Amino acid sequence: MQIIGSAMHRVDARDKVTGHAKYTEDLIGPHTLVAKVLHSTIANGMVTAFDLEEAWSVPGVVDIVTCFDVPDIQFPTAGHPWSTDKKHQDIADRKLLNTRVRCYGDDIAAVIAENEIAAANALRKIKVQYEEHAPILTVEEAMKSTAMPIHEERPDNIVVHSSYEIGSFEEASKEPGLIRVEGTYETPIVQHCHIEIANSFAYMEAGKIVVVSSTQIPHIVRRICSQALGVGFGDIRIIKPYIGGGFGNKQDALTEPLNAYLTTRVGGRPVKLAYTREETFACTRVRHAMEFHIVSYIRPDGTFAARSIDAYSNQGAYASHAHALVANAVNGFRMMYPVGAIKGNAYTVYTNLPTAGAMRAYGIPQIGFAMEAHVDDIVSRTGFDPIGFRKRNMMKLGYVDPITTITCHSTGLEECIEKGSRHIGFAEKRMRYAAQTGPLRRGVGMAIFCYKTGVYPISLETSACRMILNQDGSAQLQVGATEIGQGADTVFTMMAAETAGFTPDKIHLISTQDTDVTPYDTGAYASRQTYVSGMAVKKTAESLKTKILAYAGKMLHKDPWDLDIKENQVVHRNQEKSLIPVAEVALEACYSLTDSNHIAAEETHHCSDNTYAFGVCFAEIEVDIPMCTIKVLDILNVHDSGRIINRQTAEGQVHGGMSMGLGYGLTEFLKFDPKTGRMLNDNLLDYKLMTAMDTPELHAAFVEPEDPTGPFGNKALGEPPIIPVAPALRNALLNATGVAVGSIPLNPEKLFFEFSKAGLIR
Amino acid sequence: MANKLITCTINGKKKEYFVDVRSSLMEMLRGSAGLDSVKHGCDVGECGACTVLIDGLPYNSCIYLAIWAEGKTILTLEGLSDVKGAISDIQQAFIDEGAVQCGFCTPGFIMSSIPIITSEHPYGREEIRKQIAGNLCRCTGYVKIVDAIEKTQKKRIRERQES
Repeated sequence: MQIIGSAMHRVDARDKVTGHAKYTEDLIGPHTLVAKVLHSTIANGMVTAFDLEEAWSVPGVVDIVTCFDVPDIQFPTAGHPWSTDKKHQDIADRKLLNTRVRCYGDDIAAVIAENEIAAANALRKIKVQYEEHAPILTVEEAMKSTAMPIHEERPDNIVVHSSYEIGSFEEASKEPGLIRVEGTYETPIVQHCHIEIANSFAYMEAGKIVVVSSTQIPHIVRRICSQALGVGFGDIRIIKPYIGGGFGNKQDALTEPLNAYLTTRVGGRPVKLAYTREETFACTRVRHAMEFHIVSYIRPDGTFAARSIDAYSNQGAYASHAHALVANAVNGFRMMYPVGAIKGNAYTVYTNLPTAGAMRAYGIPQIGFAMEAHVDDIVSRTGFDPIGFRKRNMMKLGYVDPITTITCHSTGLEECIEKGSRHIGFAEKRMRYAAQTGPLRRGVGMAIFCYKTGVYPISLETSACRMILNQDGSAQLQVGATEIGQGADTVFTMMAAETAGFTPDKIHLISTQDTDVTPYDTGAYASRQTYVSGMAVKKTAESLKTKILAYAGKMLHKDPWDLDIKENQVVHRNQEKSLIPVAEVALEACYSLTDSNHIAAEETHHCSDNTYAFGVCFAEIEVDIPMCTIKVLDILNVHDSGRIINRQTAEGQVHGGMSMGLGYGLTEFLKFDPKTGRMLNDNLLDYKLMTAMDTPELHAAFVEPEDPTGPFGNKALGEPPIIPVAPALRNALLNATGVAVGSIPLNPEKLFFEFSKAGLIR
Repeated sequence: MANKLITCTINGKKKEYFVDVRSSLMEMLRGSAGLDSVKHGCDVGECGACTVLIDGLPYNSCIYLAIWAEGKTILTLEGLSDVKGAISDIQQAFIDEGAVQCGFCTPGFIMSSIPIITSEHPYGREEIRKQIAGNLCRCTGYVKIVDAIEKTQKKRIRERQES
């Protein structure tokens, strides 16, 4: 194998550097109608009436739809595989437009007009009457306020409460001589900030509704649209072109269900529904804010005797992915340090904030911050070595999670830690920085993580792939798995080429998904595609190769078993000399007057395993105490994602995740007006994501144990890089200043408060 | 509202468009001129995805009125490839260095890099970072973008010295 593991350039790079790559908005035809959504200007209450007279008088208005007009159907939006078991189905708690207003910016009406200006003008002229209630913005308040539940199906505002216990926490914590450490940790609401906004356009063709959308999950969005409109799966067709980033936000049905409905209101004429940047912030999805309370009992030998966690997740207005995230978080708490008795308790709670959904690493950046901050709180109080303490307690090879049964099939975590520690000079610097004085102080910090690969056995893992041989010996490769910027198309091309014995230029990957013709796959999330969809590609390429060799065997009068394909040539197994080019076999197979055979292959992989990826971040920072600022001097992520398929795209994933992690740790949070629940920084100026100037040089390294369950020894990589960054920075701050901060972002406002409290500034 | 005839040079060719006086240059380039590399990311000059060169300087075309383009010379990403499709060194560097992921910010970054790579001043990495700070990327962490610009700039300086 030579292609796998190389640094092959992206298959879509040329289209993307020339402007040829088409994204949803680039595909919209002329004469497309423009739809805009009217969002509520209260966070909690009811729409009681509309006055549409002035809006209708705007020239160019084609239709106005309100929450009183839409089908009386509640539907779920989460990008999960559907479950045929009612108990595991996503919560259906919203309509296309809602009379019951549950957040500031809820969708209550929509205008369809001939152009942007008419739509915007008409929207401004709609008058709304509300019955208004005070917004409930915190979990604490929501759990107390049951007078007017946010959803009548959940009278206590609790979406789901779950718990587990491994061993007996109470018994284990009674062991004599234990050290007790307790801490509370909070993470903020942040947003994905993909550069392409949420958008779609919809029209009717051949009696069905077609939605072209910037989505990570075309097949799932088809199912959701069919549920929302009360029509068959087959009545909906979703087309997904190139997308300008998703990071989990587009692992949800966003504009598609309403847009599918709107085109039916205007006789199937094309309708565009593109959110503004501000709407994308406030009216799509955000990352769940979580609060964790952790209690640990540690033996004098530095092992955990008992640990407990209480977790509270702020869901916002609608369920979306709901409890799955905080459940993932408290499961991650158990898996990372599976030692002693462990007790977990998690609540997901409705509030009148924007709906929280999936975002890169799905609850694990939240628990990663809390757990790794807590570990450093333990070592700073007990004097244990942070690396030694982690190594003693962390997951080892062969671990089987007692609840999910997910097994540690491979781990390079120790090697990751050693590599990172050497790079930064961790032990020596940590000692040196421990007792500094003066305004400028330096610190080093670290954090580790584990991350599952895909969603099995919690949910279905299935993927299909199709390959069709062309007459010139090249092949189309069609997958349901989606390219969202992470490089999926490139690694699938490499996998197919490697397996079939083709050179990568002979693989023509079809990037666009069209649910009418594309094989089924649930889509881009859970860092699952190289693992699950990769196996479907491998199986399909093997099947195609077998069929090519069967035909070649007939042409050459040889047993196909003796044949192989190397660099587009049919060869004797274990030999190099070409017997016949694949192109010649393909041409004969298509046009033979006696034995025409259109060679194609299609395979499904129904994955029934999972495996853990691991990694670590080491950071060195300089803290300016009077200025309350942190400067990152050096930062490195070392990942065990099994065997690396493509070195260049893998590095790119790590850099991007680290940058997002730096924002999560240092600058990013969404702010809300406590009186109205309105988002205050819903734009890229006031919301501080990392610019090129803010981002330091980022270092990425890998250790590569072969995972026995991955198609090419590979494991999750896309999401993990964000996880360890924020806690590593926080722990570096602890090393530098002795101040243990329990929340992020570590921005000047927070540091001023914390440094004042600690007496570092007056 | 009135429409107005605008005459300007786009990617080396003289063009005339009737534009709504309220429309942005981004809307004119994407709509009337069919130049889809000019990406729409925020409409308010925050993200830089719609960056084009106007008389040699990078601007956010979403907050530049189409009517201000009268008499100007505009360059978009499409103008960097020659008529037969051969791409420029900076585009090739973005491919080679792995500076492209989702690709949505890529046209804006390449356009913002043109003044850097055509300058006599040898920009250091920190200076490059400052020059491109008006373009946002959520995928790459900027490292490989800076690599691509730095590499192309050095190559061009070398080429100028050699010639």
